[in-house]
Amino acid sequence: MSSGSHHPNLETLAGRIEAGTGVKLAHCYQCGKCAAGCPVGDEMDLPPCQVFRLLQLGFPELDEKVLRSEGIWLCLACETCSSRCPQEVEIPKVMDFIRGEALKRGIAHPKSKDILSFHRAFLDSIEYTGRLYEVGLVADYKMRSRHLLKDVMLAPKMYLKGKLGLFPHLIKNRSGMKTLFKRTVGKG
Amino acid sequence: MSRIGVFTCHCGENIGATVDCAKVSEMCQHIPGVVHSVDYKYMCSDPGQRMMQEAIKEHSLDGVVVAACSPRMHEPTFRRAVSNAGVNPYMCEMANLREHCSWVHEKSEATTQKAADLIRVLVEKVKHNTPLFPIKVPVTKTAMVVGGGVAGIQVALDIANGGHKVILVEKSPSIGGHMSQLSETFPTLDCSQCILTPRMVEAAQHPNITLMTYSEVEKVDGFIGNFKVTVRKKARKLDEKLCTGCGLCIQKCPNKKISDEFNEGLGTRTAIYVPFPQAVPNKPVIDTLNCTFYKTGKCKVCEKVCPTNAIRFEQEDELVTLDIGAIVLATGFKLMKTEAFPEYGYGKHKDIIDGMQFERLASASGPTAGVMKRPSDGKEPETVVFIACSGSRDRSKGVPYCSKVCCMYTAKHAMLYKHKVHSGKAYVFYMDIRASGKDYDEFVRRAIEEDDVKYIRGRVSKIYEEDGKLIVKGADTLMGGEQVEIKADMVVLATAVQSNDRSEELAQTLHVSYDTYGFFAEAHPKLRPVETNTGGIFLAGACQAPRDIPESVAQASAAAAKVLGLFSQDQLTREPIVAVVNRQAGPTFSYCVGCFLCQTACPYQAIEQEHITARNGDVIKTIARINPGLCQGCGTCVATCRTKAIDLQGFSNEQLYAEIMTL
Repeated sequence: MSSGSHHPNLETLAGRIEAGTGVKLAHCYQCGKCAAGCPVGDEMDLPPCQVFRLLQLGFPELDEKVLRSEGIWLCLACETCSSRCPQEVEIPKVMDFIRGEALKRGIAHPKSKDILSFHRAFLDSIEYTGRLYEVGLVADYKMRSRHLLKDVMLAPKMYLKGKLGLFPHLIKNRSGMKTLFKRTVGKG
Repeated sequence: MSRIGVFTCHCGENIGATVDCAKVSEMCQHIPGVVHSVDYKYMCSDPGQRMMQEAIKEHSLDGVVVAACSPRMHEPTFRRAVSNAGVNPYMCEMANLREHCSWVHEKSEATTQKAADLIRVLVEKVKHNTPLFPIKVPVTKTAMVVGGGVAGIQVALDIANGGHKVILVEKSPSIGGHMSQLSETFPTLDCSQCILTPRMVEAAQHPNITLMTYSEVEKVDGFIGNFKVTVRKKARKLDEKLCTGCGLCIQKCPNKKISDEFNEGLGTRTAIYVPFPQAVPNKPVIDTLNCTFYKTGKCKVCEKVCPTNAIRFEQEDELVTLDIGAIVLATGFKLMKTEAFPEYGYGKHKDIIDGMQFERLASASGPTAGVMKRPSDGKEPETVVFIACSGSRDRSKGVPYCSKVCCMYTAKHAMLYKHKVHSGKAYVFYMDIRASGKDYDEFVRRAIEEDDVKYIRGRVSKIYEEDGKLIVKGADTLMGGEQVEIKADMVVLATAVQSNDRSEELAQTLHVSYDTYGFFAEAHPKLRPVETNTGGIFLAGACQAPRDIPESVAQASAAAAKVLGLFSQDQLTREPIVAVVNRQAGPTFSYCVGCFLCQTACPYQAIEQEHITARNGDVIKTIARINPGLCQGCGTCVATCRTKAIDLQGFSNEQLYAEIMTL
């Protein structure tokens, strides 16, 4: 007989996270293995375990601290953390969910703009070519982020090494991909 | 002149590879008093022992030195062999050529010489040995268990089921102890009373168990197998034989506002009372401190209503002396009070309660019938904070140790609260979660994961009242020490488990040791956990250290097994390695001058005074006498004695000087 455990309380962020991702924040027992193995952990203002700790208590001011943090935007969703987590918590899912929550509330960290631009450019590339098209992605990202000249000097070297194909490799069923995007985008 | 045989063992390669055993054997033949000396590969083997026994007969040996391993290893073996050949076993000594010589030296001439020297020393000792005989002590096959909690009940039942008489002494009016106060038990959440009360009844009805409730141990004399225990039966102020337990007196008692100990002050009781409805025995006692009759001389309502005329206002305490063979201490613990916490309001706030009080609040038989109502105004608390390690692991409170049960019962409390108040919020402040036991960690995780109890790692620094709320100020060390403030309606302190009141006094009465915190000391922390240093006295439950129910019960059965082992023999046989006070003819009678320094030095309280009297009964001299039943042969008294009047049998001054002088 546990109290309300099977019906997440949608008034709290923790409850919405559980409803949206199936992840129960209470499962995290703060061992820190996620933070220890995170490839970008050093760059994060809040390492993954801290994100969880702050959300666990269910205090609105602590929730907001997480939503405003930069760290949640740095998560690469590489899943190193979740594949090692002793409590089998799917951390990247939660990271993704709270990024969405931060955007909805309009309190996302300023750095999120560039990262979001990159995500959008990435998805554009997939939508139109069905694959990752590096040159298109770079151009798209630069237009969106307006960092036009940043890292430009790397391009010739990468080209010479064959890392930048000038033309996209298209997949056969591009209209299928379009349908897929049409059906999913905006329904998340 | 002695006829001593020396038997040198090679111990395979152990001795033989380093010491030239044949040469040692040859050298020993020339020691005065030695009439036979041989060496052999394995002296402890059957042929080795037979060889020794044949030599004893053939050469009419009256003493034997076996030069082999440590006496810890094979002294009993060789003494038995010697005894079977008709020589007193205490005429056999062992020279330790293995641990003291071959294992610690290189192979050399000097090593062989040392081996010969070790044997020479013991040959000199054997020359001064006297035949000794094991001491026989009778055993009274009745056990006394002090304390009627779950541990005491278990000990009593196990001994009683083993076929021996048990006297179960309990200081309060009913057996049951702390366990009878608990609501539900971790990690299964089964009802405490439901599992305990059948045991209480079983103990009361067992033909081998005599309950002595409302009684305390006053005095203990004697020694293992032969204790004389004086018990004070406090006056219940009623004739137990006549009382039927109808409860009419309790109903009619006009004095109803007395703070109820069983409900930890959260309820009230009458002046004539039983602690709780399921009490065993279900016979009331009169609380003379609060009874109107004892205060004003008037009332006697209980006497008037009693249908069997069982009330006895004039009844006095009674002292009973019992013959007891073994004693098991199971006197339990007490909880630190909330008064001990200035930072948490000195216990002045009614809604800051301790763990046992919460148990009563959550208990179906408690003052609120199990409904969550806070003590101050009876409202249902919406937010409850539980603080683990309240006073435990806290040097400043004098309790540096872990109280062991609080992690688990705090998780249980938070869980019970959430089960009773679904919309309520439960916070637990903790330092570490120590949940090492079968299904224990899973239980704590259940509280966190399924019952949504918020665990915050950190200690609460302060609690104060503001606008009808208790402001709990803590910090979350898992968030880098970020301050956390919770507005609570009730706070439960998991206060430290401490040794029971007057446990040190009881330990002194029984001559058992106790630690700095008043817990009774076990004889060995690992290998003799339920024995004390005093023979025949055993320990069970939380009187030895904080314990939970499964551990207390396990320890109780272990103590019962020790008692049953002791009672399996009609007489105790003890090694005669005990101290004796010199006696001789008058007018000296003894070197002992009666200073009794030995009495203060003896760690086993084995030394008593003996009066030497003339024929007309006049005391001529008072000297020390050592009780061979209690003496453990440590030799402290021998070293303390100014007049060299005490000797340790088997290690007399004469024997030791002989050993030293030969070197």
